[in-house]
Amino acid sequence: MSTGQTSDGFRAELREWLKANCPVEMRDSGMSEDAICWGGRNWKFTSTAQEQWLNRCAEKGYTVPTWPKEYGGAGLTREQEKIFKQEMERIGARSPLESFGIWMLGPALLHFGSHDQKLEYLPPIARGEVRWCQGYSEPGAGSDLANVQTRGEDKGDHWLVNGQKIWTSYADKADQIFALVRTDREAPKHKGISFLLIEMAEGGVETRPIKMISGISPFCETFFTDVKVPKHRIVGEENRGWDVAKYLLTHEREMISGGGAGLSGGGRALGAVLNETLDTMGDTLRADAMRCEIDALAIGLTLERYKDQAEAGQGAGDASAMLKYMGTELNKRRHELMMTAGGSDALEWDGPVGNRAGDWLRTKANSIEGGTSEVMLSIISRRVLGLPA
Amino acid sequence: MSKLVLTEEETMLADMARGFLDGAAPLGKLRKMRDDGQRGDPALWKQMAEMGWAGVLVPEDAGGSDMGFTAANVIAQEMGKTLAVSPFISTAVMAATALRQVSDARAKQALARIASGEVTYALAVDEGVKHDPDATQMAARSDGNGFRLSGKKTFVVDGALADRLLVLARTADGLTLFDIPADRSGITRTASNMIDDRDAARIDFDDVEATGEDVLGQVDHAMDVLRPALQAGQAALAAEMTGLAAGAFGMTVGYLKERKQFGTEIGRFQALQHRAAHLWSETEVTASAILNAGRVLDETPGDATLAVSLAKARATATATLAVQEGVQMHGGIGMTDAYDMGFYMKRARVAAEWLGDYSYHAERVAALRGF
Ligand SMILES: Cc1cc2nc3c(=O)[nH]c(=O)nc-3n(C[C@H](O)[C@H](O)[C@H](O)COP(=O)(O)OP(=O)(O)OC[C@H]3O[C@@H](n4cnc5c(N)ncnc54)[C@H](O)[C@@H]3O)c2cc1C
Repeated sequence: MSTGQTSDGFRAELREWLKANCPVEMRDSGMSEDAICWGGRNWKFTSTAQEQWLNRCAEKGYTVPTWPKEYGGAGLTREQEKIFKQEMERIGARSPLESFGIWMLGPALLHFGSHDQKLEYLPPIARGEVRWCQGYSEPGAGSDLANVQTRGEDKGDHWLVNGQKIWTSYADKADQIFALVRTDREAPKHKGISFLLIEMAEGGVETRPIKMISGISPFCETFFTDVKVPKHRIVGEENRGWDVAKYLLTHEREMISGGGAGLSGGGRALGAVLNETLDTMGDTLRADAMRCEIDALAIGLTLERYKDQAEAGQGAGDASAMLKYMGTELNKRRHELMMTAGGSDALEWDGPVGNRAGDWLRTKANSIEGGTSEVMLSIISRRVLGLPA
Repeated sequence: MSKLVLTEEETMLADMARGFLDGAAPLGKLRKMRDDGQRGDPALWKQMAEMGWAGVLVPEDAGGSDMGFTAANVIAQEMGKTLAVSPFISTAVMAATALRQVSDARAKQALARIASGEVTYALAVDEGVKHDPDATQMAARSDGNGFRLSGKKTFVVDGALADRLLVLARTADGLTLFDIPADRSGITRTASNMIDDRDAARIDFDDVEATGEDVLGQVDHAMDVLRPALQAGQAALAAEMTGLAAGAFGMTVGYLKERKQFGTEIGRFQALQHRAAHLWSETEVTASAILNAGRVLDETPGDATLAVSLAKARATATATLAVQEGVQMHGGIGMTDAYDMGFYMKRARVAAEWLGDYSYHAERVAALRGF
């Protein structure tokens, strides 16, 4: 398809392609944790349909539809991307692949990476062959992220990395980690950090899963002991990793905010749950649900508006903090309502209403991961409102 | 649908409107009008008509500028910022939209008179304390070839000064909308002393005569004409409230940067920073709903209920929060009549109620979303 193609032409062609290529098993709008395909060297497909779906999409560039073709994408315009999403949603198609490579590292590489780095790292992300995790937080560096202490010593052709990360989501499943490493201990804290790409299988990297309140263990402690990182595995300049880190965070935040606007499962699920429980729903619950629905619709329109603005070159600047704050706080409210609507059924692990309690508990992290709500509000006060720090 | 970003033309319109209002109807003007006991500003409306605002929704062949609903919202939003007093929503938005649903010579002539600024309108719809057109009790009894209207209307915004009224009344098999002069015999208008210092009236109809000519649209089918008019008005009012919220918010952030306590600007206190940042976030989200409502009305007007009710509900919540936080973060000075924040607060209350409050519109959204 060419970018000059009309929207209708693109839609018709896409519809045909989806009809022929999306396996029926992949058309259940699956959004639960175990319906997701994360890819990676150790990935075990849950079905042949999942594998087929990933490979067919990857071949067309549909795992990362807006990335340039030479890096594994389909080079879609925003208009076409919208159509793509609509058509996928129309048949309830699952996303073929989700990953930190797609959400976070990819955008950062597209912006800061060299051409060679893009060619080396992006296509394996697009094909689901390599799975990345994010090595930002440390025990002493959470909200105060620039305080990272994991250390990289200059050894000529490589850095020797030592230190500890924490809350590293899926570190035990990932092939590679993008990590913030202090490479200059004398410089002010923002000016001595480098953004390094580290092979997890390299000797010296160890992970230890941490159990979450929802019962699962999606995140880990990650330890680095004398890990050798070749000099070419750096994104951006030495000691300028903070710029890359911040840019990546804006993408992470937009991604997390999408969950609140109902662009992922939560939104549709609430509607369905509330409809089922209409008869037993009290007036208060119904009123709360109405409020939630109104806010969700308006936040969804805001995501749309910001994209339209960016496309028109009227960027609202750093809008990601606002979207992240509003989207995640909404998502938490929504899951509180779903628990209330479920009553005692929702109180059993994997009970009559599935893993609703697990999902509810998981949403509590939304306003913590990727920067807390309080940090988002501080960013808005300073950068948008210009209030004194 | 068109993009959720203002076009160059719309941006220019907003800039022009802001420039004009800052000069002709700045924030202090409402206070002066109140102190002078003045509820309307005919000279200002004339100027607005000359700029094409009165005819913003009037077709060009009737002398209008026909700029569309998004443009009307842009203007209303700027009016909200300075609390400019005009019959814009009643006349230029609602009456014009109602008249546009009817394609006869009389309606066209009425539209021309709106566009020129010669005639202003008010909608006499509500009878109880809450907006509820379906609950209309006022009777229009058949009488020969015409009707006799008897009953009471409340909260007729712009009703004491309007030249004409669009009156909703019950006929044999439904509701009918009448377009009649406000001084017709049997009509008694009592101006209400409103908290926002603007024009509103209680109106009594005592056996008022109306002919078939006075019926706007079809007998028993008022809603075909009135619904689009109300929706356009709700969207424009939501836009006005967004402007109002922006005005109150701008004043508040300015104060946070200026007022010192404990030896520093109060805007350095994180408790206030976070509330201000939250409020800004709410205004951004609401702005999207407003822009969307304008686009939907312009492009698929038959299917605008969700977009419009979403906009009015969000705008109501946001404006309410903006004025409440505005007063609180100003401390004592926010409570004084000498300071303008109170004017924002009182107008927000009236605008919240007019054409349906938060629950009214939330119920509509809920119904359309299936619960
Ligand atoms: C489920 C989950 C997955 C995660 N995945 C990853 C991952 O893959 N990779 C990774 O690197 N990290 C990850 N994180 C870590 C996450 O980014 C941090 O938890 C987060 O940045 C907060 O840091 P902290 O936990 O140290 O809390 P703290 O920074 O200690 O915060 C504690 C409390 O203090 C408040 N606070 C802190 N500073 C301020 C201030 N200046 N003003 C006002 N309030 C303040 C916070 O808002 C919070 O309420 C994950 C976290 C969770 C919960």
